[in-house]
Amino acid sequence: MSDHPSYLRVFQTFARNSLVRDMTFRANFIIDTVASICWVGINLSFYLLIFQYTGMIGAGTGWGKWEFFLFLSTGLLINSTVQALFMTNADEFSELIRTGGLDFALLKPIDTQFLVSLQRIDWSSAGNFVFGLVLLVFSLFQLGYAPGPVEVVLYLLYLVCGVTILYALMIAMAASSVWLGRNQNLFDFWFYITNFARYPMEIYQGRFGTPLRWFFTFIIPVLVVVNVPARFLVQPLQPQTLADWLLPAFALAAAVLSLLASRWVFNRALVSYRSASS
Amino acid sequence: MLARATTWLTILRISIEERLVYRGDFALGTLMRFLPIVTQIFLWGAVFEAIRASGSGADSVAGYSYHDFIAYYLLTMIGRAFSSMPGLASGIARDIRSGTVKKYLIQPIDMLGFLLLYRTAHKLVYYLVAAIPFALVFWLCQRFFPGWPDAITVAAFLASLVMSFLLGFFLEATIGMIGFWFLEISSLMFVYMLFSFFFSGHMFPLDMLPGVWGPLVRVLPFQYLAYFPAAVFLQKITGPELAWGLAVELGWVVLFILAARATFRLGVRQYSGFGG
Repeated sequence: MSDHPSYLRVFQTFARNSLVRDMTFRANFIIDTVASICWVGINLSFYLLIFQYTGMIGAGTGWGKWEFFLFLSTGLLINSTVQALFMTNADEFSELIRTGGLDFALLKPIDTQFLVSLQRIDWSSAGNFVFGLVLLVFSLFQLGYAPGPVEVVLYLLYLVCGVTILYALMIAMAASSVWLGRNQNLFDFWFYITNFARYPMEIYQGRFGTPLRWFFTFIIPVLVVVNVPARFLVQPLQPQTLADWLLPAFALAAAVLSLLASRWVFNRALVSYRSASS
Repeated sequence: MLARATTWLTILRISIEERLVYRGDFALGTLMRFLPIVTQIFLWGAVFEAIRASGSGADSVAGYSYHDFIAYYLLTMIGRAFSSMPGLASGIARDIRSGTVKKYLIQPIDMLGFLLLYRTAHKLVYYLVAAIPFALVFWLCQRFFPGWPDAITVAAFLASLVMSFLLGFFLEATIGMIGFWFLEISSLMFVYMLFSFFFSGHMFPLDMLPGVWGPLVRVLPFQYLAYFPAAVFLQKITGPELAWGLAVELGWVVLFILAARATFRLGVRQYSGFGG
């Protein structure tokens, strides 16, 4: 019998336990799911309203109505995944640090980052995921475009990259509560940062827009999270020349580097961690 | 009578002191709250760029130019500073559920009056500390504003803001009072928040709504929480329409003052003090 736990089996247990727990508080689960979907619905209404007045976002950018909805659905898929897998855990991680409960996590014979990041899965975000999928298929149908196998594989790959980058950002921010204490501002901060990634990066232009775009592409790479995969589905924006492939290549590198950076921050946080009396 | 006034002043003073303790968080938090507007500004910039490029000749959306949109969003921040009541309804419901509402019933303190003073104190401190970040942002963005409006518009603007504070307070207080009949009001709160966010004009000027939606939303009180003050300042609502709007807003305020009082009285009558 191996000393190491099977990480896949552990994850499956986490997933199953979380599902059981969510189903136990079924009313809450339903309310949360409906709430998230309503919120998405409201935003969607807003965008539909905008498209009453214009055919495109940005001049000649290629982000017409259904292309924009493809972007939105990609965002939904990524954000709902991050929310389901990591948000509750990041929140709890800060609490664990604050209360000293992290001691018990450290004692377990499994990688602490794995445990802390995945122990609780929020299944109520699955509603948003399904919504995103439906919107995606519907938008593709409206555009009359069926992506080929290459595009689909690349799309899935970059969905994973997007989730990775957001995860790295989230866990690094949660880990920083070892040094910074109170974390309420942290999650406001998360919302403010990811808010910049809500729309196609083409909207950031001009004197202030371009530096902003640069910052959120290369320093805190939230802009590549949704933009890169979404472009694979929008025909006029798919990479044609070699230069076009630079951004996807960068996105891949950014995902790997973010993950490594988050691991580094996490481990440094563990080193600096001084338990509260537990 | 004098004793009453001194009591109220004491409550006000204590609440202000309590709030000032957290003033460090405030200034940075206030500035950060403007960040989502930055994204909206860029979004609308792109929309207007597309409109201009389409060659249709139009330069406004529902009567709002690009600069108007930015000014509008900034003004809704002010509206929100007056009308948002975080934790009011849930706090009342929690007090009812946990039984701590008893302290209002056995002590000679009027619950609504106390909560109103408490909120007023918090808001006053908030404005004091937030004034500088707000002034900074507005000064930086002054080119988006069409200059200072006339005295009547400014007076109407201020009146609508004070009323939006009262409306926001008594509306949420009434919802909180439902806690006397239903233990959990969080789902109701959520529905309220959704409607409120969409129909108060936080996301977009309500003039944009097409067809039957426009008049439908005008019937609801939510517009006075953010849209109405902003539209008044930008002089999108003038003359008799303005007077009518202010009158209706006053009407809603009175309605919800009565509703809050009535639900409180009815709730107390059938309340059995669990917990506490």
